[in-house]
Amino acid sequence: MEKIPILKMGDFLLVTIQVDMHDRLAMALQDDLTKTISQTDARGVLIDISSLEIVDSFIGRMLSNIAAMSRVLDAETVVVGMQPAVAITLVELGLSLPGVRTALNVDAGMELLRASVGANKELYGSRLR
Amino acid sequence: MSEIQLNQKNGTLAGVLGSHMDKILAEWLREMSNTVRRSDLIKESDLRAECSRFLQLMKQATELDGNNFQSPAFDGVRDMLAEISRNRSQKGFKPSETATFVFSLKRPLFNEIQAQHKGDAEGMAAGIWSLTELLDAMGLYTTEVFLKSREDIVRRQQEELLELSTPVVKLWEGILALPIIGTLDSARTQVVMESLLQAIVQSNSRVAIIDITGVPTVDTVVAQHLLKTITAARLMGADCIISGVRPQIAQTIVHLGINLLDITTKSTLAAAFSVALQRLGITFVRETVKS
Repeated sequence: MEKIPILKMGDFLLVTIQVDMHDRLAMALQDDLTKTISQTDARGVLIDISSLEIVDSFIGRMLSNIAAMSRVLDAETVVVGMQPAVAITLVELGLSLPGVRTALNVDAGMELLRASVGANKELYGSRLR
Repeated sequence: MSEIQLNQKNGTLAGVLGSHMDKILAEWLREMSNTVRRSDLIKESDLRAECSRFLQLMKQATELDGNNFQSPAFDGVRDMLAEISRNRSQKGFKPSETATFVFSLKRPLFNEIQAQHKGDAEGMAAGIWSLTELLDAMGLYTTEVFLKSREDIVRRQQEELLELSTPVVKLWEGILALPIIGTLDSARTQVVMESLLQAIVQSNSRVAIIDITGVPTVDTVVAQHLLKTITAARLMGADCIISGVRPQIAQTIVHLGINLLDITTKSTLAAAFSVALQRLGITFVRETVKS
């Protein structure tokens, strides 16, 4: 079965979704990611969905679940590179992903993570809500 | 009515057109000069050429397939009527004037048919009836084409307006502005949303300012559309600021119970721009030049 790789970059984990997500793959990712966070003591998770072109409500919910789970495991989640069509679809589905932070690209997302993990620095970019 | 009679009658109209074309043409032109000749809009010679071409086409059509305006034999006539109707609407004719162009042909043709059926009241009535039907269908057709050409214009203008009305402007590296002018409906919001999100990706902008100075009213639908756009932008990692909120609009928003608390709103585009610069960590310093 195909698997989504989880790369460790310093304190952070980088997940790049480059294949079409189906439900089982999403569940496997959720499992893998939570395991890896606790094993590596990661402080942040970056999910790059720039090549994801199709979403449904399940994938949308999975993203917010992953964010919530990582927060429980003391890691911030940033979703980066969402395509306009995907954003519109999620909004039309009524999924505004509250609690998920977003950034335009991996660069901006890394900056955001560093800023938030690096304690009291003021945050720019997307707000927490 | 038997088949033979039908053919005779049809033959009559075609025959009349064939044998008395010049006379009919002259009478038709005279008829028009009494009613709707707009010498300011169309030249005498053009009108004459148009009329004689029309009579030719009509003769051919009636010879082929009697008085059935829907039949393929009348394709030529229909095309010409459509062309006349379009040309005239462009020149500024009223639709009734274009229709009268056809209706004014009634009297000359009636006269001819009357002359053909001297003493045959039944044949005359039948001939006139079928002729009336044909001419009415033609007159209505010109009006139809006229309306259709108008509708096409309206539709094209709507589309153009839609495209023109949603410019996304880059104010600074990383700051976009979207001045919305006019009422936001579902179709427009879709275009606005898509062009904004597309521009965010292309220009890599972290802040987008939506300026609603030009939006006359904000109701729940408009507000919901705005919120959707803002949420979509946030999902992509960009922040939105609403600017240009007028006092009345602020009152309406509160009265409608719309929650805009999570969104930064500013009264002017300038204020929103300065917030955007702040978020990107850009500051301006005025240099005083000593002389």
